[in-house]
Amino acid sequence: MKRLTFTGGVHPYEGKELSKDKPITEVRPGKELVFLLSQHIGAPAKPCVAVGDRVLAGQKIAEAGSFVSAPVHSSVSGTVKAFEKRKNAVGEMAEAVIIENDGQYEKVRYNPAESLESLSKEEIINRIKEAGVVGMGGAGFPTHVKLSPKEPDKLDYVLVNGSECEPYLTSDYRRMIENPEWIIAGLKCILRLFDNAKGYICIEDNKPDAISRMQSLTANEKRIEVKTVMTKYPEGAERCLINAVTGRKVNSSMLPADAGCVVDNIDTVVAVYKAVMLGQPLTERIFTVSGDAVKDPRNLSVKVGTSYNELIEPAGGFIGKPEKMISGGPMMGFALYGLDVPVTKTSGALTCFLHDDVSKEKETACISCARCVNGCPARLMPCKLATFAEHHDTEKFLEYYGMECVECGSCSFQCPAKRPLAADIKSMRRTILANRKKKR
Amino acid sequence: MSDLYQVSVSPHIREGVTTQKIMLCVIIALMPASVFGIFNFGFHALLILLVSMLSAVLTEYVYEKLMKKPITVSDLSAALTGLLIGLNMPPEIYWWIPVIGSVFAIFIIKQLYGGLGQNFMNPALGARCFLLISFSKQMTDYASKGGFLPLVTRVAATTDATSGATALAYLKNGSDFDLGALFVGNVQGVIGETSVIALLIGAVFLLLMKVIDFRIPVVYLGTFAVLVCITAAAKGYGNPFIFTVEELCAGGIMLGAWFMATDYVTSPVTNNGKIIFGAVLGLLTWLFRMVGSSAEGVSYAIIFSNCLVPLIEHFTRPTAFGIVKEKKSKKEAAKT
Repeated sequence: MKRLTFTGGVHPYEGKELSKDKPITEVRPGKELVFLLSQHIGAPAKPCVAVGDRVLAGQKIAEAGSFVSAPVHSSVSGTVKAFEKRKNAVGEMAEAVIIENDGQYEKVRYNPAESLESLSKEEIINRIKEAGVVGMGGAGFPTHVKLSPKEPDKLDYVLVNGSECEPYLTSDYRRMIENPEWIIAGLKCILRLFDNAKGYICIEDNKPDAISRMQSLTANEKRIEVKTVMTKYPEGAERCLINAVTGRKVNSSMLPADAGCVVDNIDTVVAVYKAVMLGQPLTERIFTVSGDAVKDPRNLSVKVGTSYNELIEPAGGFIGKPEKMISGGPMMGFALYGLDVPVTKTSGALTCFLHDDVSKEKETACISCARCVNGCPARLMPCKLATFAEHHDTEKFLEYYGMECVECGSCSFQCPAKRPLAADIKSMRRTILANRKKKR
Repeated sequence: MSDLYQVSVSPHIREGVTTQKIMLCVIIALMPASVFGIFNFGFHALLILLVSMLSAVLTEYVYEKLMKKPITVSDLSAALTGLLIGLNMPPEIYWWIPVIGSVFAIFIIKQLYGGLGQNFMNPALGARCFLLISFSKQMTDYASKGGFLPLVTRVAATTDATSGATALAYLKNGSDFDLGALFVGNVQGVIGETSVIALLIGAVFLLLMKVIDFRIPVVYLGTFAVLVCITAAAKGYGNPFIFTVEELCAGGIMLGAWFMATDYVTSPVTNNGKIIFGAVLGLLTWLFRMVGSSAEGVSYAIIFSNCLVPLIEHFTRPTAFGIVKEKKSKKEAAKT
């Protein structure tokens, strides 16, 4: 078995055994659901219901704000209670629609497609757009935009990202084990848009059963292949995965489509399948609750809008008082100060730790050991970039390609001096991007 | 408010490696050579090693205390510097000479430049060169009484061992030397450099623990070996290959290549830079040993190359992932 990979990267403790054998179980949400209007990159969605309206599960409650945007659908039936600002996972207050769940789960009638062949390319894109499908790996880029490159005929590869390199996360893995046919069907829908493209399902070699499962199911598919990639963080980062599987290189000023590639997360492909073939909007996702602070780490099928608070109990509750809660995995996730945050289309996990490793670390002097340089998938010199960032030396920061950073955190992870390299570089990038926006 | 969880910027996990652990690894890796040195040269060698380490740690402690800086002796880097100074001392030297060396290394070379990570030159080697100039007689007097238990019977080639001529002095004239004795280390020299096998055990340990990168030492020794081999052939020495191996095993090159040239702070962080750094080291050591008038050259080669590191790093700055093509295509576009 050939293992494909990229240069750089690190090997954190995987922690997948905690939840990898737990089948996906459904969680019923509580009374109040919060639908953020910005669950994606681009313009926020515009509400199209009024306070007091009764809505059904799957009904659109907010329209796409512009081309780069996505509509939001209610995941339950109930009444619209309010429009107000709520806290999101990053800690900002964001506009949201609040819906009171009536517990009926009465659905709107979906409009399934007769067959894939009966749909035109425009219809497929339109169905994806109407269903509010966005990249569910975390970035939340609207999928219909991603699937509408300037020259669709020049697209060579559609990569389904099943590498799941982030520690503790097992939701994509469970999807591949439990519903592999949905993934293949979703990939076929995407391949229908690109006549010259091949579909690759990319899986890290720490998931051999998922690989063999996918291989046996795609044995007769001419356009679909399963690619085994090395278990290494950040193998699933878009640029790393493209490089590992196709050998092509994408930098910060390019889109994957410029290199003839499109990368979609496993659950996104499933959402595409449901949107195109079943006419179902994106209202639920798989979610891993894991870490050493919960009794029974689990993979859950969660409705968008559910509060994180309600996801602790299905995982058996806390063992002790957790010190750190992370929305997402420990390498790239966001630390939460409270659990009063709604699930969005892009939230994939809640990692709960009894102890916060990071706060105990004391920063010491850089000894130029080059671990950060060797671990950087973007081939940068994080030790230098962080120093430039500390000095606010924009010129040097740009000269050393600071904007090419993918913010994977490999440098901080490996630093023996415990310097917050990734944090420094991240904040410098934010400052530079904000200044650029201002100038415009 | 106590119910709030801790927040920080990702990543939220860290690998267990710390500066202290790295330094400890290097100290452990130097143990075979240290123990061999003590057995080979006797109790005084042990005293020298302890005195150098203690004085280095103490210098750092006192300096940081006086300057009201955080005390960093627990990171073991001062202890390592002290140990390396001790290993670079002739076995019967006065105990206060390495003490002067340690104070010079820690105070002048390390702390005055800003402490750990800021020194531009390897402190232990800087101190050694300082001592070589200041106490040239004592520093080159390798006479020794012999150790606790001679590990191997003394060989014929070292008959005038008591006078303190090192293997390198023999090789300088192109004469042969007992390779077995060089490899095991039953020869004259500074405390830590004599036993190639003990040093290699430590080097393998460091490579396995991923503390050092193979590039600097391998390129260093490789460049040096090729140049020496060519010189030996040109000068018509007996067997150039055997001569090259003897040059590699004699003197401080093994200690220097594996434990001193690989010092993180004073070597380039880029992989290509490491290769260039190693090649420069090999070239300089060859120049000093084979062309210059001195028999030894490792210390000078390393501290000279240390000064080139910022330059090497500047020219070997890696191009970020995915950028190369763009530049090339721009150039190509400009041409057409």
